[in-house]
Amino acid sequence: MPEPLIYDLGAPGRTGVQMPAPDVPLADLPTGLVRDNLPLPELSELEALRHLTRLSQLNHSILTGFYPLGSCTMKYNPIINEETARLGGFIHAHPLQPAEMMQGSLAIMYHLQEWLKEIGGFAAVSLQPAAGAQGELAGVLMIKAYHASRGQSQRNKVLIPDSAHGTNPATSAMSGYRVVEIPSDARGNLDLEALKAECDDTLAAFMLTNPNTLGLFEEGVQEAIEAVHAAGGLVYGDGANMNALLGIARPGDLGIDVLHYNLHKTFTTPHGGGGPGSGPVGVAAHLADFLPGPIVGIEEEGSEEMGPVYGWHQPPKSIGRLKGFHGQFGMHVRAFTYILMQGAEGLRSVAEHAVLNANYLRVKLQGAYKVPYDRVCMHEVVLEGRWADAPDIHALDIAKRLMDFGFHPPTNYFPLIVREALMIEPTETESKEVLDAFIEAMLTIAEEAHSTPEVLQQAPHTTKYGRMDEVKAARQLVLCCEIPREVSSEQ
Amino acid sequence: MNYPADLKYTKNDEWVRVDGDTAIVGVSDYAQDQLSDIVYVDFSAAAGAQVAQGATFAGVESVKAAADIYMPVDGEVIEVNGALAQTPEAINSDPYGAAWLAKIKLTNPAQLDALMDAAAYEAYCKERSA
Repeated sequence: MPEPLIYDLGAPGRTGVQMPAPDVPLADLPTGLVRDNLPLPELSELEALRHLTRLSQLNHSILTGFYPLGSCTMKYNPIINEETARLGGFIHAHPLQPAEMMQGSLAIMYHLQEWLKEIGGFAAVSLQPAAGAQGELAGVLMIKAYHASRGQSQRNKVLIPDSAHGTNPATSAMSGYRVVEIPSDARGNLDLEALKAECDDTLAAFMLTNPNTLGLFEEGVQEAIEAVHAAGGLVYGDGANMNALLGIARPGDLGIDVLHYNLHKTFTTPHGGGGPGSGPVGVAAHLADFLPGPIVGIEEEGSEEMGPVYGWHQPPKSIGRLKGFHGQFGMHVRAFTYILMQGAEGLRSVAEHAVLNANYLRVKLQGAYKVPYDRVCMHEVVLEGRWADAPDIHALDIAKRLMDFGFHPPTNYFPLIVREALMIEPTETESKEVLDAFIEAMLTIAEEAHSTPEVLQQAPHTTKYGRMDEVKAARQLVLCCEIPREVSSEQ
Repeated sequence: MNYPADLKYTKNDEWVRVDGDTAIVGVSDYAQDQLSDIVYVDFSAAAGAQVAQGATFAGVESVKAAADIYMPVDGEVIEVNGALAQTPEAINSDPYGAAWLAKIKLTNPAQLDALMDAAAYEAYCKERSA
């Protein structure tokens, strides 16, 4: 039986909360503003809990199985993060309390800023952006403000590789820039000659993801950055793939001027419906004055007996606020906890094992699947989900079939430059046994693609719901259900 | 896969059907097959717009991907096929007929010479399918 919508559960007048009788006179609401057709669900607490628990059981999570969703870094989020984020001093703090009353919270943010500076090789960090895409927007707006401050507003062009995340061109367009796409070459690197041909005095920025979305280290990264800088442009780093570099290479040292981190990818804060994202930005010294603020600074140096006094600091040429209050503070506590638990050695080990795991999958799956760019990969591997002798099988069929084996499908049809792409990111938190089981499933599926293609085309078979009609869902978009039940305002 | 002989083709999988000093532009059978089910079409250029060769004039979305459609040659837009907004699936079923995208007045017909003929385009598609 399909799970009903919450609107189809309960009964009129039912409620999960019994409010005490009011002990003050009731105020009359302005009659013109009172709605009498507000069809909210009416359920008991138990009905609501059962419904939500059943929905949660339909979901795949990192706590129920392997989740190799490429470019998303679906790694394990340690439970200790939840412990620290729920400490009374944090959850009872109010963002409008004066700084002297929340020194502990400010200390967490200050140290997180400092650590992210150190990890990325940057001069300053702001924790404000609420997610990766907002971090990108912050970065590009800073670049725009920087050029304007130097009388260089004629710079109106942003260069973006054809393998980039879609947020890169969206951010640039939203910031008023013209986007020029840079093709990739046969080794999966950006085409340096095409990049250099666009390096002129209208160049504002080059947006670089390294490793790129093919999971490959950009071999020409230094030459590219030098060319952009020589033309007066700045380099934006998309930090989505930072998991591959932790403790090994620092974007700031490579010459990247500004980069966003995804705390919800690299630094184990919840992800994908489990919690808000968080996208701090790190910058080189020449952009520090433009950071979104306020950021945390030291007001008074500490002594041996007393810690320092922290306070809010607005960078002098700040692009302004990006979010109410101080970013996703709960995520700052979790990322702080993770970095503290790992230490410098641990973070380096994260990157090493993330890269090792992806290469293990690459080597074991090569042969059964085509690897379009055949070289050592970084934290993820991109395969082609197609065979000339199984013409009716697509990446989508392989992805759906993996659900029958208890695995979350990998990212598919991205990056766009790979035909029938399957983008697999195992992360460092999976054991060899899990990777072997996944390899076994992928090899079985490759066989089925040739022997029993209908099994793939009709997959998944073991889930509560089978293959969804994605075409119908996209063409006949219904955003909300119609609520037939009349709800009176008299309750 | 269908490659009508009377059309010219681009590397980005658009086709052009020339009729005197006007032309009709669309996307190829290969393009619709690669994109799979098209679910959305919109036009960034309207009648009267001057569109340069290589500039975007429309976008299509499938369940797999979104793609920009580029003008194969310089032209002034006479008409775009607005009906496709309601029937995007026509691009899958009839890419060379009902699902034409734009009618243009050619402003630099010499550019047509550099486009591929059907045989060259077919070879180009087969090379990418290998």
